[in-house]
Amino acid sequence: MATDMPTSFFGWVVFVLHQYGGALLQGAGVTLLLAIFGTFIGCIIGLLVGIVQTIPITERTNPGIKIVNKIVQFIFAAYVEIFRGTPMIVQAMVVYYGSMAVFQIDMSAMAAGFLVVSVNTGAYMAETVRGGIISIDKGQTEAAMAIGMNHIQTMCKVILPQSLKNIMPQIGNNLIINIKDTSVLNVISVTELYFVSKSAAGVYYRYFEVFFVTCVIYFIMTFIASRILRYIERRMAGSADYQLVSDPFADPTGVFPNNTPKKGGK
Amino acid sequence: MQDKNILEVKHLVKYFGRREILKDIDFTVDQGNVISIIGASGSGKSTMLRCINLLETPTSGEILFEGNNILDINTDIPLYRTKVGMVFQSFNLFSNMTVLENCMTGPVTVLKRSKKEAKETAMKYLEKVGMAQYINARPDQLSGGQQQRVAIARALAIEPQILLFDEPTSALDPQMVGEVLSVMRELADEGLTMIIVTHEMAFARDVSTRVIYMADGVIVEDGTPQEVFGNPKSEKTREFLSRFTDNN
Repeated sequence: MATDMPTSFFGWVVFVLHQYGGALLQGAGVTLLLAIFGTFIGCIIGLLVGIVQTIPITERTNPGIKIVNKIVQFIFAAYVEIFRGTPMIVQAMVVYYGSMAVFQIDMSAMAAGFLVVSVNTGAYMAETVRGGIISIDKGQTEAAMAIGMNHIQTMCKVILPQSLKNIMPQIGNNLIINIKDTSVLNVISVTELYFVSKSAAGVYYRYFEVFFVTCVIYFIMTFIASRILRYIERRMAGSADYQLVSDPFADPTGVFPNNTPKKGGK
Repeated sequence: MQDKNILEVKHLVKYFGRREILKDIDFTVDQGNVISIIGASGSGKSTMLRCINLLETPTSGEILFEGNNILDINTDIPLYRTKVGMVFQSFNLFSNMTVLENCMTGPVTVLKRSKKEAKETAMKYLEKVGMAQYINARPDQLSGGQQQRVAIARALAIEPQILLFDEPTSALDPQMVGEVLSVMRELADEGLTMIIVTHEMAFARDVSTRVIYMADGVIVEDGTPQEVFGNPKSEKTREFLSRFTDNN
């Protein structure tokens, strides 16, 4: 068997792909799953925290609600600061081993991984969402309230759809960061791409070749993710054109800004 | 009683920090009144209008709508706001929605109407303001005058009992002012109760049932257009109006 071993770099790469291609792809799958799921849940956490953080408190607000609001705001602020202010690799250790030691919960490494990535992303997204909400013109909120919408309706119908569009690039950023940073979960033996690569490399002591392949896989994943996100962003921007409807005499001023209506396109 | 009193403002006071913006404002609005509020910038006109639908919280005083004090802690503010519509200086159309969606979201989201019913209502008012053929356009694709007409249709779509206008033509160029004013004139003729903060003196004179002149947070003059424009009681009013009549 020893005589069959490859001698060149590319020989080794082919060998690695042949031997461990399946395992590496499986690891890549776990990485993607963690990153996409974590980003998604993180966004939802971020949206919820963002909605709560922007609840308007005026002199007329019921004192009980004011106190509850203060407490909730404090908890959210603490959450954001703690999870933004500590490394994810350390959080993974604390959650995985701590859940057993303190709460007697036998959490699987995978579950701990999902939790850490989601909660971590949520902390960043909370700030992003808050920034997105603040960036929307105050007139939009006032107009929504003036037709009788409450805070939740104003947020869901008017403000969040607009801020979501603005924060799409940041969500994309988070997804890409998560694809890469889930590699730290190898410390709690989550079988994601980095963990699998390390195991594979250890067998023949071919670290360079294996991690070269790993590097390519990571890049393909992040590149595709960024392209897809760019596409979604463009879709959200909507068509630059619109069509006039039916009877042109309905307009008393007779102004037609768009004489040649076309469908779609920029 | 012929004129049913629907809105009554009593001893309204508003502070921003330590600055007193509104000092003891009193006035009443009867059903079908068209009231123009004129005055220099910074006189508190807009603040007063925004207090009426609680976009600003009054510091003290009472606002009675159909006899109920809406500053009462138990008031359902969103419900009250569906009865008092508002048109803004900067239009504030929802930029994530088309023209039609802008006019449907109030009836659907707030009044819980069916989509079909809401669309009929929206179309009715869009036709009234002459924007029916633009239902698929987004706000940023329209001119200022068109946006403001859609904003009026959006406010009308929740079928309010009073419509507040906060300088509706101040952000428009002269050409577009006319198209918005003609829509407002039509609404006045139909008997909609309106409170209009405006710098359009000719419009205030011709369309209003009553004109209120405000200066430094107080109501200086409150009377028919003939009284206020023709024979103002206060020196302040005369001075303010002279600047406009000189130009015309």
